[in-house]
Amino acid sequence: MINRNPQLDENGMLRHLLTTEGLPASILLHILDTAESFVGVTERDVKKIPLLRGKSIFNLFFEPSTRTRTTFEIAAKRLSADVINLNIAVSAQSKGEALLDTVNNLSAMNADMFIVRHAQSGAAHLIAKHVRSDIRVINAGDGSHAHPTQALLDMFTIRRYKRDFRNLRVAIIGDILHSRVARSQIHALTTLGVPELRVIAPKTLLPKMVERLGVHVYHDMTKGLKDIDVLMMLRLQNERMKGANLPSPEEYFKYYGLTPEKLSLARPDAIVMHPGPMNRGVEIDSAVADGKQSVILPQVTFGIAVRMAVMSILAGN
Amino acid sequence: MQLPDAEIVFKNLAKKIQSDQGKDFALIGIYTGGVWLAERLHQELEIAQPLGTLDVSFYRDDFDKIGLHSQVKRSEIPFEVEGAHILLMDDVLYTGRTIRAAINELFDYGRPASVSLATLVDRGGRELPIAAQYTGIELELPANKMLELKRGESGKLSLNLYDRVHPE
Repeated sequence: MINRNPQLDENGMLRHLLTTEGLPASILLHILDTAESFVGVTERDVKKIPLLRGKSIFNLFFEPSTRTRTTFEIAAKRLSADVINLNIAVSAQSKGEALLDTVNNLSAMNADMFIVRHAQSGAAHLIAKHVRSDIRVINAGDGSHAHPTQALLDMFTIRRYKRDFRNLRVAIIGDILHSRVARSQIHALTTLGVPELRVIAPKTLLPKMVERLGVHVYHDMTKGLKDIDVLMMLRLQNERMKGANLPSPEEYFKYYGLTPEKLSLARPDAIVMHPGPMNRGVEIDSAVADGKQSVILPQVTFGIAVRMAVMSILAGN
Repeated sequence: MQLPDAEIVFKNLAKKIQSDQGKDFALIGIYTGGVWLAERLHQELEIAQPLGTLDVSFYRDDFDKIGLHSQVKRSEIPFEVEGAHILLMDDVLYTGRTIRAAINELFDYGRPASVSLATLVDRGGRELPIAAQYTGIELELPANKMLELKRGESGKLSLNLYDRVHPE
């Protein structure tokens, strides 16, 4: 059989983490289970373990990001790896160095792992195909394609609060069109057996034929939020908007912004998630973001444990 | 080869620990077999301190060779390690590498006043300077055999011998 998934080796072991698409439930659950043990480590006084001592992990950020880069850096440091941050938007790329030349140079410095964030979809795949077989690549967001560690930390958070995926109604709300987070969430939720997955967005912020991913499409929050257990909000990506997808942020908030009134349409024990950074007063009201049903800050905490789990599993495979 | 009855060995081990330590000490079991034994001991000796558990996967020295174990459990130490008299409990003492990892992990929680070790079986073959203070039984076994503690559905403990799949 031809191995079509470049993330897996010939034995089906995870070699790179590029997308949640096509990953079997067993691998997703193994990452979540391992992350559970790392949560224990992150709650100790000494938050460091020696697992990746001596390994060099390069944060290759071709696109600005503070939060994701920082959580990867903290995760790597808690595993005792050496972390080198490269903000390439203002470094070699501005001098015209090609992507793979940058990678070659860093590989020659004995890198063990690359964490890649790039504005182009497929950048992490390209690097994973190119590097030596002992180097591991983690996609930290490529264009509007995938952001697998964000989706995994979302799955971890859902499991923490709701335990079983197989009896949940989940809604992903907002700018699905530009969102790599949404794509990765949809693949992971589907694989983990969520029986009802909805997307709620205006027509202009939905990809064509999104139904093919196995989701139910709603354009109206009132209908879409009924009986929902988990609300996954997305950030309105102003920087990725081309042309007039939206009349105005105010107009968007009126119809799709999550207010306490709209939230009351979901189940009373529903949880509210957001990958950050939030546009308060655009996709989410502060009363909800800081409210009792919000699990947005726990998401950040769990994100470190999940990234520790992904790095350790990849480094060990 | 006839293996001893794990239940009888455990009873003897528990008696030794009780007559020596009483019940005023902190007990930590090492996953998986050591946790089963520690749960039993904790109950039978009515130890006041809550039971601790360690999964040493993150501290093992063979990560570069075999990677992360597939089912890592969460270590839980629900008492103050700093200044505590701790008894570590494991099922089989062999190379000593698991105990090395456990001690390293323990010290990331604090500085205990003392650490001692109890094991159901000591099968020799040490590769590190580690010894148990309390041993249920000593067994000599060929290096190509793996000794494992099992727990049946009724909770009954038994020892089992296997051929080693991956030579170390």
